[in-house]
Amino acid sequence: MTEEAKKPGAIGIPGILKGLATTARTMAKPTHTAEYPHAQPHLPPRSRGVIALLEENCTSCMLCARECPDWCIYIDSHKETIPATTPGGRERQRNVLDRFAIDFSLCMYCGICIEVCPFDALHWSPEFEYSELDIRDLLHEKDRLGQWMPTVPPPSALDEHSAEAAEIGATTRPGRLVRTTPARPAPTRATPSGQEPPPASGQEPPPPTASEPAPEPGE
Amino acid sequence: MNDAVEVTLRAVGVLAAFLVLPLLVGQTEHKVMAHMQGRLGPMYAGGFHGWAQLVADGVKFVQKEDITPAAADQRVFRFAPAVALVPYLVAMAAIPLSPDVVAADLPASAVFVLAVTAVGILGTLMAGWASANKYSLLGAMRAAAQLLSYELPMVLAVASICLAAGSLSLSGIVAAWSPWWLVLQLPGAIVFLVSAVAELQRPPFDMPVADSEIVFGAYTEYTGLRFAFFLLSEYAGIVVMSLLFAVLYLGGWHGLASDQLGWLWTLLKGFCIAVVVIWLRVAWPRLREDQLQRLAWLVLVPLALAQLALTGVWVVVAA
Repeated sequence: MTEEAKKPGAIGIPGILKGLATTARTMAKPTHTAEYPHAQPHLPPRSRGVIALLEENCTSCMLCARECPDWCIYIDSHKETIPATTPGGRERQRNVLDRFAIDFSLCMYCGICIEVCPFDALHWSPEFEYSELDIRDLLHEKDRLGQWMPTVPPPSALDEHSAEAAEIGATTRPGRLVRTTPARPAPTRATPSGQEPPPASGQEPPPPTASEPAPEPGE
Repeated sequence: MNDAVEVTLRAVGVLAAFLVLPLLVGQTEHKVMAHMQGRLGPMYAGGFHGWAQLVADGVKFVQKEDITPAAADQRVFRFAPAVALVPYLVAMAAIPLSPDVVAADLPASAVFVLAVTAVGILGTLMAGWASANKYSLLGAMRAAAQLLSYELPMVLAVASICLAAGSLSLSGIVAAWSPWWLVLQLPGAIVFLVSAVAELQRPPFDMPVADSEIVFGAYTEYTGLRFAFFLLSEYAGIVVMSLLFAVLYLGGWHGLASDQLGWLWTLLKGFCIAVVVIWLRVAWPRLREDQLQRLAWLVLVPLALAQLALTGVWVVVAA
């Protein structure tokens, strides 16, 4: 606001005219309205429309259901015994998913379930046209959640100069050597007690690329 | 018998104009305001760019329940919309579109139109008083204060025009109109336009219905068709004031082929003024009550008096 417009009794004529000019200019310009049902909206990348389930990846670990802030994920599963593949081998048990349902009338689209899923079974899909006349129909069972899977877009490209995605890096790095015995600290490393470390029993030294101490397997 | 037919025809004509022109202004407001805000406005009702939106709105209003609050003064409450609406109907009858197209050519139609439109405020006052609602009452009081303040500059501005034309009849004023008035009566024209917008309680002078302060002023308790009547009276008021402005200041039916198309010229000029009234609503925020009074008494009244003096000097010198 100009100085004279603040004074009592003075009229902010320039401001008034500016208001008229702004509205007139806006009228001359094209409108911003997108006539939605007739024109599809342009959604930004990573739009959160609906949650898709890739059932094959789900291990019924319940992490998503436990982390869900409003508890809108329902999972039922049972254990199935897989007979041993080799004679005398151990029988294994496996979780079988019976029911996976998300109640979208409760979901607040926080995406925590998708974040915590360790096996990438849940994905964001940008589809949003799944309104229902009955609120109970917003409970999507696993077949319906699976139908959203084809609409999941590929992950968007990383920013320039950004760090490589962890899973991509894991595939391109040279693999760790398969050790036949538990790893021991390198012989050059000094031991605090001054004791002689047990001799590395005839195994080759760690590869030069893995300069940092490798984590213990099975830790 | 012949007279009766003619009177009926004229009355029907005024009624038709009274029902069509406000809807036209309302639709224009929908569209102009939308585009000034970067929107499209109604697009679906009726098919082509939502031309039937207000008809659909009217149908909706008819279907709504007509509620009279239990504590309200029942008869006054029910009668108020008519008091707000009818004065504009009467005023419209007295405004000439051309020397031939006028329902009732009165000898002092300028005074008549001003007097009649001022009655409309009585409907708002009745509505506010009868509603038994503090917001309604506040709105009505604000409306009354606003009318008192702005009636004076408006009358003074019209007096200046009548003085210049030497006539109190709207037809006589247009007959005496000369293009010089566009310059000489410009201050008066501005005063008239501002006062007209204020008297219609249109933004930026809409404190009587300021929805962020007093719900919807005097119309808070109204529903259905009665509420629609108040809205219709607002738009009929825009039509009356715009046509009056066109007749007083823009030369009415003066223009190309004014013998045949004079009424069209008046309507066209009035429509342009209506668009300006809509434009002001979109562009400017609402004034505060004290700012409103200050504008009326410290700016408009002196301006109108100066205009009157200027016109007086001009009439004496030119005569």
